[in-house]
Amino acid sequence: MPSDPKTGLRWSNWNLLLIVPLLMLITPWFNFDQPRLFGMPFFYWYQFAFVPLGVLCVALVYIKTKDQPVVTGKPDKLGVDDLDEGAN
Amino acid sequence: MQWTELIVFSVLFLLVTVMGFVAARWQKGETLEHLDEWGLGGRKFGSWITWFLVGGDLYTAYTFVAVPALMFGAGATGFFALPYTVILYPIVFLPLVRMWSVSRVHGYVTPADFVKGRYGSHWLALLIAVTGIFATMPYIALQLVGLEAVLRSMGLNGSGVLGHAPLFVAFVILAVYTYQSGLRAPALIAFVKDILIYLVILVAIVYLPSKFGGWGEIFNDADAKFKATPAPGDGILLNANNQLQYATLALGSALALFIYPHSLTGILASRGRNVIKRNMVALPAYSLVLGLLALLGYVAISAGTKPIVNQATGRPDTNTIVPELFGANFPSWFAGIAFAAIGIGALVPAAIMSIAAANLWTRNVYKEYIHKRATPAQEAKQAKLASLVVKFGAVAFIVFIDPQFSIDLQLIGGVIILQTLPAVAIALYTRWFHVWGLVSGWVAGMAYGMYLLYLIPSADGSRKHFGSSALALEKLSIFGWNPFEGSKMAIYVGIPALTMNLLVAVVVTLIAKKMRVFNGTDQTDPSDYHVDEDSPRVKPVAAH
Repeated sequence: MPSDPKTGLRWSNWNLLLIVPLLMLITPWFNFDQPRLFGMPFFYWYQFAFVPLGVLCVALVYIKTKDQPVVTGKPDKLGVDDLDEGAN
Repeated sequence: MQWTELIVFSVLFLLVTVMGFVAARWQKGETLEHLDEWGLGGRKFGSWITWFLVGGDLYTAYTFVAVPALMFGAGATGFFALPYTVILYPIVFLPLVRMWSVSRVHGYVTPADFVKGRYGSHWLALLIAVTGIFATMPYIALQLVGLEAVLRSMGLNGSGVLGHAPLFVAFVILAVYTYQSGLRAPALIAFVKDILIYLVILVAIVYLPSKFGGWGEIFNDADAKFKATPAPGDGILLNANNQLQYATLALGSALALFIYPHSLTGILASRGRNVIKRNMVALPAYSLVLGLLALLGYVAISAGTKPIVNQATGRPDTNTIVPELFGANFPSWFAGIAFAAIGIGALVPAAIMSIAAANLWTRNVYKEYIHKRATPAQEAKQAKLASLVVKFGAVAFIVFIDPQFSIDLQLIGGVIILQTLPAVAIALYTRWFHVWGLVSGWVAGMAYGMYLLYLIPSADGSRKHFGSSALALEKLSIFGWNPFEGSKMAIYVGIPALTMNLLVAVVVTLIAKKMRVFNGTDQTDPSDYHVDEDSPRVKPVAAH
């Protein structure tokens, strides 16, 4: 996993999957009555369907980023001001 | 008086009371006289305990009575609770493990501890701590609203201050065993609470719809009811004006939830990063239950359930909808189990919230300003006492002030806790914001949020201010300038308030950096944010 020792941030492209459940917030996509499922309007069962979808996305990120090596024992040679350097 | 319900409820309540006291000895550490032990249960909860604890903490009794009540009264807008609790986990998945790691290395107990370590500013930490305590108090009071809804449904519906006596008794018991056992008490009781909740909901969701003609009929009944009312905002679907509100309320609530101190308490009490990650995958099981439960609000419409009149306030209390629905359609013994599930569901979060508030008080006010050289044992003592104060404060809220007031405060609570997002959550990733930027952003966001809430009348027109958290865009003014003149579309107030906060924080940060104002000392190291349980760098638990 690419790790930036200066900011301590690690990134994996699998993390992008975490954005997928947010699509649930686009209400015009599902604010309908039809088609119904078990008598339930689309509005409701569509959102229920996002529960397993959300679980799937988070689970995939968890599994795929699990065995990434943890950065340990690396001495930190940067002072506090160096860490803030990029901001000036 | 409904004796069967009352007896079943009392037996289960007694059971959890015993568990609450026994919990002190469960997975005992060397001493309870340390905040790591009393306030965080020894920082060693595994996946299952954490699942029950955090689930019991986030999905509170109030949620379980208020969300269906909202669906009953307004329809689709109440369903925001489902998207809220679905998008929550992907959003917090990454930041939470960073928070756990850095807290584990430095022994942080509260979010304000982290802020102090990150920015070296006890003033900023104080601001975060006070915000946290203030936002948590009405939340505890709301749990009492949930508990009282079931007590009143069982016939304990007295008037005046005496009418609150059963609630008072229940809370004294809770206060005493939380005092003794700390976080272990709600962790153990959460098992009972959640098993009861799952049992009740599954039975209700299978049995009740068939009794009232199936889901199709139930949705049609709800549709007919909302079409018959003059209110423009209700219905089984959203309309053009409340879609933005629906989405922003779900998003804002999701952003806010894990910066509430009590949610972080549950996270910091877990054993390691993988425990948290597994829980982010498994916790949505509760969301599913919450969504199903929300639909019971519509079932209550079909069943013709009427909210009972609260004898203390003289008004019908829509929060009694779910208890009343269960009471009328289930045999007494099962209704008793359902009431116990909701009642115990109030105790778990109330206990965790009071512990979280007590931790904040002890670590960031008492130790910082009152007794700097407090030993860990003195800290634990102080936190235990603070947890009592917090709980009785919440009872006083309900007994002496209209419960409506705590519901309003809770609404405000979400907006104010969001103002700590830059200092608590963004700071996990970057120290770009200047400490003075964060302080000014907090002040600006808080003031703007309060001002916008002040502008909102209640939907029924009975009150002019602080009526809800949905602001019509036409009222969104920036120093008298209304960019969305004439728009009736509503938005959740937390979002513009947080935007204002961030804008001011950015501007002040740029100025402060230009002027080279000292930006505090960062005690944390970039690698701290990735440390896991097996690392030699984690701080020993309950070390002096």
